[in-house]
Amino acid sequence: MTSPTDHLTHTHTSSVTPDGEGEATMTPEAPGEERHGAHRLLRAVPAVVLLAVLAFLPYVPVEVPGILPGRVNGPGSMQLLATCLVIGGIALSYDVFFGRTGLLSFGHALFVAAGSYLLTISLSTWALPLPFAVLVALALSTVLALVVGAVALRVGGIAFAMVTLAFAQAASIIVMRNPGGVTGGEEGRPLDRDAVPDLLVGVANAPYRYWLALCFVVVAWVVVTLLVRSRAGHAMAAVRENEQRASVLGLGTYRVKLLAIVVGSLLGALGGVVHALVLGGSNPHLTTSEFTLSLLVMVVLGGAGSRWGALVGGVLYTYADARLVEVSNAAFLQDLPVVVRQVLSQPLFILGAFFVVVVYFAPSGLTGLGGRLIRRSGSR
Amino acid sequence: MSDLVLLLVTGVGLGALYFIAASGLSLIYGLMGVLNFAHGVFMTAGAYAAWLTMGALPDGWPVAARLVVGVLVAVAVGAVVGLVVEVVLIRPLYRHHIQQVLVTVGLSLAGVAAAQGIWGADPRPVERPEWMSGTTDILGARLPNDRFVYLLVAVALFAGLLALLHLTRLGLVIRAGVENRTMVEALGINVHRTFTTVFALGGAAAGLAGVLYSQYAGAVSPAQGGSLLIFAFIVVVIGGMGSLTGTAVAAVVVGLVQQLANYYAASGVGDLSVVLLLALVLLLRPTSLKGAMA
Amino acid sequence: MTESNPSAHESSPAAPVLTLDDVHVRYGGSHILQGVSFDVPATGVTALLGRNGVGKTTTLRSIIGLAPRTGRILLEGREIQDRTTARIVRGGIGYVPEDREVFGGLTVEENLRLVDPDRGVDAPVVARLFPDLVSRRGQRAGTLSGGQQQMVSLARVLLRENVLLLIDEPTKGLAPKLVTEVADVLAEVHRTTPILLVEQNLPLVRRIADRVVVLDAGAVVHRGAAADLVADVDLTRELLGVSMRRQGAA
Repeated sequence: MTSPTDHLTHTHTSSVTPDGEGEATMTPEAPGEERHGAHRLLRAVPAVVLLAVLAFLPYVPVEVPGILPGRVNGPGSMQLLATCLVIGGIALSYDVFFGRTGLLSFGHALFVAAGSYLLTISLSTWALPLPFAVLVALALSTVLALVVGAVALRVGGIAFAMVTLAFAQAASIIVMRNPGGVTGGEEGRPLDRDAVPDLLVGVANAPYRYWLALCFVVVAWVVVTLLVRSRAGHAMAAVRENEQRASVLGLGTYRVKLLAIVVGSLLGALGGVVHALVLGGSNPHLTTSEFTLSLLVMVVLGGAGSRWGALVGGVLYTYADARLVEVSNAAFLQDLPVVVRQVLSQPLFILGAFFVVVVYFAPSGLTGLGGRLIRRSGSR
Repeated sequence: MSDLVLLLVTGVGLGALYFIAASGLSLIYGLMGVLNFAHGVFMTAGAYAAWLTMGALPDGWPVAARLVVGVLVAVAVGAVVGLVVEVVLIRPLYRHHIQQVLVTVGLSLAGVAAAQGIWGADPRPVERPEWMSGTTDILGARLPNDRFVYLLVAVALFAGLLALLHLTRLGLVIRAGVENRTMVEALGINVHRTFTTVFALGGAAAGLAGVLYSQYAGAVSPAQGGSLLIFAFIVVVIGGMGSLTGTAVAAVVVGLVQQLANYYAASGVGDLSVVLLLALVLLLRPTSLKGAMA
Repeated sequence: MTESNPSAHESSPAAPVLTLDDVHVRYGGSHILQGVSFDVPATGVTALLGRNGVGKTTTLRSIIGLAPRTGRILLEGREIQDRTTARIVRGGIGYVPEDREVFGGLTVEENLRLVDPDRGVDAPVVARLFPDLVSRRGQRAGTLSGGQQQMVSLARVLLRENVLLLIDEPTKGLAPKLVTEVADVLAEVHRTTPILLVEQNLPLVRRIADRVVVLDAGAVVHRGAAADLVADVDLTRELLGVSMRRQGAA
């Protein structure tokens, strides 16, 4: 019989199967390539239009009361949207592990934090110029991913999740201990303002940080798209669907998984770099297991194994986390008992409970649900 | 010499706490393949239940008596929470292990947030019986008394669980189920009922761990369960995922390594060396992680 | 589908103990059983044959609900496809899986007590059919030989009152002498309880089976008397890809 860990391979695949996107086809398509190419271009239209709209937002001086703090292009809204985008991109990087390869990692925070902290430390402690600092952050994070991945992949399934969690926790402890004063402990490490271009500093320049975040999302999107369509991407999908069968087919599953870890971590580290630039420093919250868990929640909320899903999940989660505090002040809640109000005042309670509901009733996530509704209404 | 004795006793005492926290996880994982992230919430629930109980009991009672009642309530609350979570949330997702983990993740986020909303994020001090705050001189070392309590409780729990596993019908079904759940079912035994029982049992152990950890820390806080949970995970992995004896040995080793490294290297190195120990075990004996109940 | 000697069906006029009606099994994207229908009469041994990978084991597993299936399955005329595995088994279907699947860390005694908490090794059926196990009651099942493990696997099913036994390749990987021992046990058991037997060993099939059902690519391709099939070398080769001569005798 199967050992407990093997059960990971027999799970309910619907949650990790792309639903409603028509991407990540398992077999490379040979016939109809040209028509498919045109089809692909057509499919890209919504994404391009959305990108254009998003890029234009800093020129929109409109107030959206209740939705955004102040004008759309005001610094408050810009900063909120930039944060949402960065976290959305990081969720996209986590999905390379979870949704694409079926690796349940509880340690993604490690790589994001590595990118963030290595950037701030290279800029201030090591006094490197920004381009070098970014390169150093990415290179060291990749090495870290290789080491951690190589060790953690010695076990599979649930044990892999626990081991990655332990590594991330170790990093979190180091950061909190503030060795040699480089990580700043609980305070975090602020970005050295003199070491970055003026355009990225200051309240007035929030739109530039927003565009930077948008660029990161585009990069993450393109990398994930290329990866998914490559042979390695097909191998990852095969590992996700049925690891035993994939290894029978002669795919080196260890190498495939390690590649997924390295690419996902590299994107995560890039997300950490951008996060530090956008938020003006490294925050120890990035190292915590709560952060990894929230990434998992985002990806599943949006729809695992789908670019839209991970991105939308990340953006919505971050937005909700920032704005749900308002809910506790809503008028309709004032009649409820105090305890209920206290509980509902916690965005994480609402998100956690909502997440459980999604796992039950919409295993393919919100985008999967949306896709199904669109298709259903279209077929009528 | 007296330093070493102190370190050994405090290390074993810490290991005892880890064992109590990990035993439920290990049982649940071994039998059901469910990595229960909500175990931390079970612990938090136990800790707060005991804290509230101790506060509600008349001040005239000695602290130790109130603590005993608090422990009983915590164990009961843990068992009920475990039972309800299994029946309502875990069982409908039978065979969908990733979904089960996800649900417990959601529960852990929501649970901690709920506790934070109601009682605030800051630690609340708990009352400790005077004797537990004191020390006893043995071999020239002043040993904190509370560690002996943790050790005693852990040994009793270990013996009780071993007796349960080896002397009862339930234990027989659990041991068989850890080896091969499907075959137990194929022999006409209702494994689901066993799952529910084991989850309640794990919840009770978590409740117990929660109270004792709050005694150790001198306070209750919403995030407490989560931080203990991470060490419990490490203990379960090192112990061989589902082996009770392995969990016990791993708990003591982890507690000792942590204390010794913290003292002889630097404060904080203990936590890191535990993670290194985990990496070492994985590199040297990856096959030990298959799991058997003993 | 070929159907030799329809009288084999008529020879058991009583209602079938088990009926499979258009059973499908889909698993991880593959369609393993594609509408399997057949009856298992209430007496004797029905052998389920076919090449490797045609779905014999899946058929047995689908009957007791270990494989996700659609279609109807009737035990003594009552639909059981919506019941849990444990309930189906308690309803009277004993399952002896491929590869024995004894609990290796448990003793022989514990393996049996799992099914019969009160008697275990002391049950009369064990003394009668598996005397060897009585002397090994305290031994861990994982340390037993393959043949002994097969005996544990059979014994623990026979501790219960069954209306039907599903037995999957009981002689797989056993030495010839042990094959004979297992065959003796089956020959003894089938006098009281009907058996649906998956078996690759054709001499054994010839010895104890009354009827055969042959599967190919997830569907039934032949039903008939066992004697007719094993007597027809060409048909055997066509359906099973083996010939009696190459297999040797039991």
